[in-house]
Amino acid sequence: MRNRELGLIALALLIATAGFAAVQLARAQEFASSPLIAAAFFAGAYLVAHLVVRATLPDADPYVLPITAVLTAIGLIEIYRIDATLARDQGIWIVIGLVLFIGVIIAFRDIRRLETLRYTCGALAVVLLLATITLGAQVNGARLWIRIGGLQIQPGEFAKILLVIFLAGYLRERREVLAAPTRKVLGVGVPSLRHSLPLLIIAGASLVLLVAMNDLGSSLLFYVIALAMLYIATGRLLFVGLGAGLFALGAAAAVQITPHVQTRIDGWLHPWANEQAQCCYQITQSIYTIADGGVLGAGFGRGLILNSAGGTIIPFAQTDFIYSVIANEMGLVGAAAVILLYLLLAWRGFRIATTADDGFSKLLAAGLATAVAFQVFVIVGGVIRLLPLTGLTLPFVSYGGSSVTANFAIAGLLLCISQRANRERV
Amino acid sequence: MNRRIGNLFIVLAVGLLALIGMTTYWQVWARSSLEARQANVRLVYRDLAIDRGAIVSSDGVTLAESKPGTLDGRTVYYRHYPTAGLAAQLVGYSSLLAGRAGLERSLDPELTGSTGDLAGVVNSFDRMKGDTVRGDQVVLRLNAAAQKVAMEQLTNLGVRGSVVVLDPSNGGILVMASTPTFDPNTGLEKALSDPGSPLLNRATQGLYPPGSTFKVVTAASALDAGVVTPDTKFPGPACIDSGGQKLCNYHDHAYGPHNFGYALIHSINTTFATVGADLGRDKLEATMRGFGFFSRFPWDYPPEQSLPSGIFNRKGNLVSADAPIDVPRVAIGQERLLATPLQMAEVATAVANGGQIIQPEPVQEVRAPDGSVVRRPSPVYLGRAMTTETAATLRGLMKQVVDEGTGSAAAVAGLDVAGKTGTAETGRAGKNDAWFIGFAPAEASRFAFAVLVEDVDGTGGDVAAPIAAAVLRALTAQTT
Repeated sequence: MRNRELGLIALALLIATAGFAAVQLARAQEFASSPLIAAAFFAGAYLVAHLVVRATLPDADPYVLPITAVLTAIGLIEIYRIDATLARDQGIWIVIGLVLFIGVIIAFRDIRRLETLRYTCGALAVVLLLATITLGAQVNGARLWIRIGGLQIQPGEFAKILLVIFLAGYLRERREVLAAPTRKVLGVGVPSLRHSLPLLIIAGASLVLLVAMNDLGSSLLFYVIALAMLYIATGRLLFVGLGAGLFALGAAAAVQITPHVQTRIDGWLHPWANEQAQCCYQITQSIYTIADGGVLGAGFGRGLILNSAGGTIIPFAQTDFIYSVIANEMGLVGAAAVILLYLLLAWRGFRIATTADDGFSKLLAAGLATAVAFQVFVIVGGVIRLLPLTGLTLPFVSYGGSSVTANFAIAGLLLCISQRANRERV
Repeated sequence: MNRRIGNLFIVLAVGLLALIGMTTYWQVWARSSLEARQANVRLVYRDLAIDRGAIVSSDGVTLAESKPGTLDGRTVYYRHYPTAGLAAQLVGYSSLLAGRAGLERSLDPELTGSTGDLAGVVNSFDRMKGDTVRGDQVVLRLNAAAQKVAMEQLTNLGVRGSVVVLDPSNGGILVMASTPTFDPNTGLEKALSDPGSPLLNRATQGLYPPGSTFKVVTAASALDAGVVTPDTKFPGPACIDSGGQKLCNYHDHAYGPHNFGYALIHSINTTFATVGADLGRDKLEATMRGFGFFSRFPWDYPPEQSLPSGIFNRKGNLVSADAPIDVPRVAIGQERLLATPLQMAEVATAVANGGQIIQPEPVQEVRAPDGSVVRRPSPVYLGRAMTTETAATLRGLMKQVVDEGTGSAAAVAGLDVAGKTGTAETGRAGKNDAWFIGFAPAEASRFAFAVLVEDVDGTGGDVAAPIAAAVLRALTAQTT
């Protein structure tokens, strides 16, 4: 199993090297520094991660780590193509992410240890979100960031993982009570208020986040994760339906009092009406950039991404709009490949969930896979105008330390769960 | 629990596949329609990849050129106008934000190397390969030194106006000045909202009552029709009755008995109104048509920037054939008769070259990037405005206008200048549109010109004739 992983990582590194070489060839006159050293460093970091997995989790899933390698490489190549300095930072974040990944698999080799920390995780998630709301700085309209020293941190990325851990523990503990109604209201069974209170709190909290963070994407992500896990734990679609309705109503009301979200919805519904305006410039330029790629793409480093001032034509191209850059330079073929990689990653996550034999592991793996897959759906849906635009990152690909490191933590947790599941089966 | 996990995966998988579907829609289905959208910056950046050919004057001054820069790793070309406002309306601009105008627009296929011939096809392959396409260089007939003098003359007076000089042998545009002007490098946006309309090419888009300069057209018509000879006698009162209204000479001057030639030299309104009445509308309009009135000159310039001259109704349209007009007043250059400076320069050209109307020609030659000449326009004759005899008669009379008549301020030492003044009332008290049209030398002319100054106190002889003299001095200094 580990040899398969090593082989796939080698393949990923081959793709990465080819991509870097392509950018380097296309833009030889601009970059004098050697990206080969960086590529070697990147390869070394993944090799070390592989060796640690080989030593500690010999039976873990062999696909998760190579998938992250391809995704981070594609992200790094496109960020490098936008700005070499940003790429250097991203490279550092990938290494730090892999260190966190190693830390996670060593600390939680036995995943049951995490279950005992469920309330700590829950409390920590609340603290992080409160910190974001109170200390947060608005970037591009949304309040998702806090500044510590010279660093900008997006606590939501970590709170998301902590929330999944808490919910997995909490729902495993309470699922029988939640699933078996104690009372009937209008002929429909509902669980007792005491047991469902935490879920109502999550629903309310998500709406509070929507207003406080000024961002539809994050609150939607949290809420969908909670509903998905509730569904898996209880099997009661009624909860999901009720929850979705509740959120839709709440969101419709909340949108009225948050002008930033209102603008985003305008830009989603009528982007061509006023292309230069605040509502619509980003999304229309994103669509032009995507369309320009065509089926085969412009090629790494050969698209038209930067403007005459050296900035990106689409603001925030390296974070929120990295998918548009990929679609431009790698074409439909490359963009579809990236989406399929996420589909593969989600499939591995859900597969780990089905093979795991304890409720906590199942819920945790499914929750984490949902988190990644739904985040991809929301941010890519936003830049291709399937959904309103929101300020989420594309996991492993977008520029940003919080996003990269948090997603490596998710990968680490998935491997830990699969180790336990696979070993017991063997 | 596993079944539910499976269900959840299916829902998320459908969501992710929908992303691929929507991406396919943009990249395959909607691609071409998005590409053509005006707000798509890619459209303008694509134009920047072309090394647009330079525009230079006949005396070697670069009026427009492309300067290389970089954009996202590729070489692009930004348009630069070294002479700024010198010939801004004629040359025009090629701008990312404002589009194109003037020769930059009409000569765009040659400047961008996208002509329909073999060279253009080869270039379109280069474009597909991503190689830089180099456009052709255009050498104008324009004389930059004389153009500079014309611009300075108008600018120093602080007036709006225009100077056009054509080569009567081939229609070449030697000078085409229009004030106020603008700097196409920096001043485009400001110019768009400037109340002085600097973007307007007054030489081709400015319509002004031609006043007495139009008497040249009336005289040509009357002489050709045999209604008068230079020696036909006229009484010369201060005023006459024309259609129930008084029509008077300048300053109500009574000239007394004189012949027709004298009437042209001294611009006697009563005589020309009488001649106009004798001539009739049909004959006068036929002559005007021969001179190019009532239609655009079909020259190498954006059609919307070159207006026809003629008789206009109150809505600003050319009058229809059955609408009544006051022919005697048309004959002296009034009655809603409006002409562009280019049209009046063509009138002077026809007199100078023996009666031919020649298409205005801005281009001397077009050169490929390798320096070889791609195109060298030859004169295009648009028709005859009058007989050679009539033209010769008018040349003699117009020379006397400068020698002893109203145009003496146009005299240039060592050069026989011939011309005709015009002073058209604008309707604002004491303000006139001052004209001077003519040619030099009076025989075997090399220059035919029209000078117009908007809204001044003085007459054509006072204000416009000295400008013509200054420009002619610059032209002769260059060519001798």
